[in-house]
Amino acid sequence: MTHLDVLTIGPELLLVIFCLISLLVASFYDSINASNLVFFSTIGLLILVAFLIYISPYKMMPAFGGAFVRDSFAQYFQITILLSVAALLILSKEYLVKYQLLKFEYPILVAFSTLGMLIVVSSGNLLVLYLGIEIQSLSLYVIATFRRNNLKSTEAGLKYFVLGSLSSGLMLFGSSLIYGSTGSIEFKEIYAAINSGGFLLGIMAGLVFLISGMAFKASAVPFHMWTPDVYEGSPTPVTGFFATAPKLAAMAILLRVLFDCFGSAVESWQQVIIILSFCSMFLGSIAAIGQKNIKRLMAFSSIGHVGFALIGVACATEEGIAAVLIYMVIYVIMNVGVFAFILNMEREGVAVTNIESLAMYSDVSPGQAFFLAILLFSLAGIPPLAGFFAKFYIFSAAIDSGLIWLAISGGIASVVAAFYYLRIVYLMYFGESKELLTGSMPVTHWILFVGAALLMLVGTVNLYGLDGPAKVAAFSLLN
Amino acid sequence: MNYLLSLVIFSPIFGAIIMSIFLRGESEEADRNAKLLALVTTIATLVFSFFIIAQFDPSISDFQLVEEYEWILGLKFKVGVDGISVPLVLLTTGIMPLVVLSSWSIKTKVKQYMVCFLFLETLMIGVFCSLDLVLFYLFFESGLIPMFLIIGIWGGSNRVYAAFKFFLYTLLGSILMLFAMLYMWFVAGTTDLPTLMSFEFDYSPMNLLGFEITGGIQTLLWWAFFASFAVKLPMWPFHTWLPDAHVQAPTGGSVVLAAVLLKMGGYGFIRFNLPMFTEASFLFQNVVFILSIVAIIYTSLVALMQTDVKKLIAYSSVAHMGFVTLGIFSMNQQGIDGAIFQMLSHGFISAALFLLVGVVYDRMGTREINSYGGLAVNMPRYALFFVFFTMANVGLPGTSGFVGEFLALAGAFQVNIFITVLATSGIVLSASYALWLSRRMLFGEITNQRLTDITDLNSREKLVFAPLIIATLLLGIIPMPIFEIISYSSESLVLDLLAEKNQ
Repeated sequence: MTHLDVLTIGPELLLVIFCLISLLVASFYDSINASNLVFFSTIGLLILVAFLIYISPYKMMPAFGGAFVRDSFAQYFQITILLSVAALLILSKEYLVKYQLLKFEYPILVAFSTLGMLIVVSSGNLLVLYLGIEIQSLSLYVIATFRRNNLKSTEAGLKYFVLGSLSSGLMLFGSSLIYGSTGSIEFKEIYAAINSGGFLLGIMAGLVFLISGMAFKASAVPFHMWTPDVYEGSPTPVTGFFATAPKLAAMAILLRVLFDCFGSAVESWQQVIIILSFCSMFLGSIAAIGQKNIKRLMAFSSIGHVGFALIGVACATEEGIAAVLIYMVIYVIMNVGVFAFILNMEREGVAVTNIESLAMYSDVSPGQAFFLAILLFSLAGIPPLAGFFAKFYIFSAAIDSGLIWLAISGGIASVVAAFYYLRIVYLMYFGESKELLTGSMPVTHWILFVGAALLMLVGTVNLYGLDGPAKVAAFSLLN
Repeated sequence: MNYLLSLVIFSPIFGAIIMSIFLRGESEEADRNAKLLALVTTIATLVFSFFIIAQFDPSISDFQLVEEYEWILGLKFKVGVDGISVPLVLLTTGIMPLVVLSSWSIKTKVKQYMVCFLFLETLMIGVFCSLDLVLFYLFFESGLIPMFLIIGIWGGSNRVYAAFKFFLYTLLGSILMLFAMLYMWFVAGTTDLPTLMSFEFDYSPMNLLGFEITGGIQTLLWWAFFASFAVKLPMWPFHTWLPDAHVQAPTGGSVVLAAVLLKMGGYGFIRFNLPMFTEASFLFQNVVFILSIVAIIYTSLVALMQTDVKKLIAYSSVAHMGFVTLGIFSMNQQGIDGAIFQMLSHGFISAALFLLVGVVYDRMGTREINSYGGLAVNMPRYALFFVFFTMANVGLPGTSGFVGEFLALAGAFQVNIFITVLATSGIVLSASYALWLSRRMLFGEITNQRLTDITDLNSREKLVFAPLIIATLLLGIIPMPIFEIISYSSESLVLDLLAEKNQ
């Protein structure tokens, strides 16, 4: 370990030090003020870390003997993860205060899990990958049960924990098989071993276990079972958190492992990803139609979106990876916006999650209904919104790499999916109203909500200049 | 660089943005201001579009007033017009002020209503001007959002079903087109329309899932585009969404749907199917002819038996679009000129017919033919207009309907006499439902007591109909100015088609 290694992981170290100190300090000064302070400093720190990673001069330099790499690919995901976590923390604040859930552990746990994601994204060997996933997941299990006296919340946490551990076990088992067959846990050496020694049966078995575990984290069908229940049971800001940053991290590790370790054996995993993608798109689209709870609906929606992103992974081309990167960022922005809205769905002080309760919402607040409609149309992938370009780029990459059937089934799935997003728009604008929602939106939520909706429109003009960095990141992953 | 087209395309949306940001409140003044602002915006757009004619040189068959900018993902924002698109752009900008005027009686959510229509206008003009594949798709598909809301919010009693059917039906149709476009981008390496028109897509036979496909990839691409435009136009048997959407949409929505949105399908055939997949077009010429014939005869018969006025006019639209496809796929100069002219003329006539239904619907709140009868007694002017436009719809000489249908049939006659004979019988059927409709609506005894004190057209309504009557008559008597705009572009299209056929 040299001082350069330490400098490379400087931003992450800063986060660790902050978490430990604030954990220590806040345990002694457990008061609302302390919680508030921790909350805001966490948000500030996350943004600072994102900035540090952005300007970090120690790029493309593997630290700790290749165990930690911060290439453009990692940078891209780390920055988006940090920003989305910061946005979600801003959203959580009001909700936690309102339902008396604000404890100083919350921001710290979120920061720890963010740390896990950052490590996962830049991991250079299977063990660091596993440790990162564990840091991330353990914190997530706890915040899923953050509403301790609520049956559904604890159920969600327990379910998440049991199934999550199972998937971690699968990944660990897969890693050990790969280690046994190639003699190394370093991505680079595994890559070299496959190139020289061929694709042994042990590697194949290990790959299957690894993909299963990662598909579980990304909630791709058939490893999605936990998603609706955990989404429904967790406190709403936590649900919003699950829908954004961990999904980014999951896609990132999937790309990382598939291309850094198994990039030379594309044909051996492509079929698996195609099937995962196909099933996720259709299950996500069809199962969401019957949902009455908007959080469950968003769970199926996220399953469907992961399916679309997986098309890009299955392409196994630079364009495909760039498409995934753009897709995930647009997906996260849309989700931040939608959850900013869901957090404020309430009637006389009681939170409601029933979709029917949105009936005639355009009468209550025409502005918010309009912006939510924009977000929903964007989620459905209707032009001219950014969600369309996300899908468009994915489909175009798929056709370029010959996955025409997968692209066409994706198109059909998106028509099916359009139905349930439209249903919400229909309810808001011309549904049968029983009881209208009350409740207003705090300023911070309003800014994130409207900002996300406007970004969907702005995306049509320039896609936030994302296509450049995404191409660079995709290039750095493949080389 | 000339910014005229961008100005025309984006000025409605500019008006919509101003309206949604600066116009607040639910009061009557706010509603009136919204209507006025929408009217001013649409009229301004109309005026701007006159400059297009002024600057447009009809003796050049190429695209003119071209603007090109870099866009995202390596795509380009490229717009331009030729003789085929100029009349349709003018049709759009010309119809919109009338739509706004006819919506004066809207009471609920006036501001949102106007914003939807202005947004829609931008998209419709954009469709006719875009010279980039993806840009075209963007404008083409985005129209679904405002139309969904228009049908859904201000529609009739069964509006939810109609709105969903409209949205999902058209979305499914165009998804196939999207994949065809992506494939074309992949093969040709560009999304530029003029380049793609001269690009030769492979038409050697291919094998797909064990089926031998004549015409190869061109056939598949042709069908993908055909599916999208046939749903939009709509052609039999993809027309079932149209009667529902028309019946449930508010008057303004029906007018835009019939006058402009349907024309996107015909425009798409001329712009994409013919020049890009010429071999496949010749291959499936007869298929389209048969579908057109079925549309003309079958939907005319269906129209005969309708009890709802709007449904009747909707089915008659499908029948008249049959003439358009007949003309387009005859692939000669008369046919294509006639088809474009027919689209233009049907734009005015169908708009007028839906507006006429809207007039009595505003007064009576029903569209059942049986609840009318004897309208001519208290509404002589209305009756005059009604008879005029139903006759124009039939294609009476002297009105614009005659010119378009005649040319389309003349074009088809050169290709297939048998089909043309059958198609001509459609005119007889169309006359029978039109006359019977007039008879049931306007003449006879007043059976419904509520009709005894119905008032005739007021001056606003007359103002709406005046330009439509003038346009219908003028185009019917002196159609040449329109053909001067169209003919050079259509001629070069036909020459290209023949050149490829003779290869």
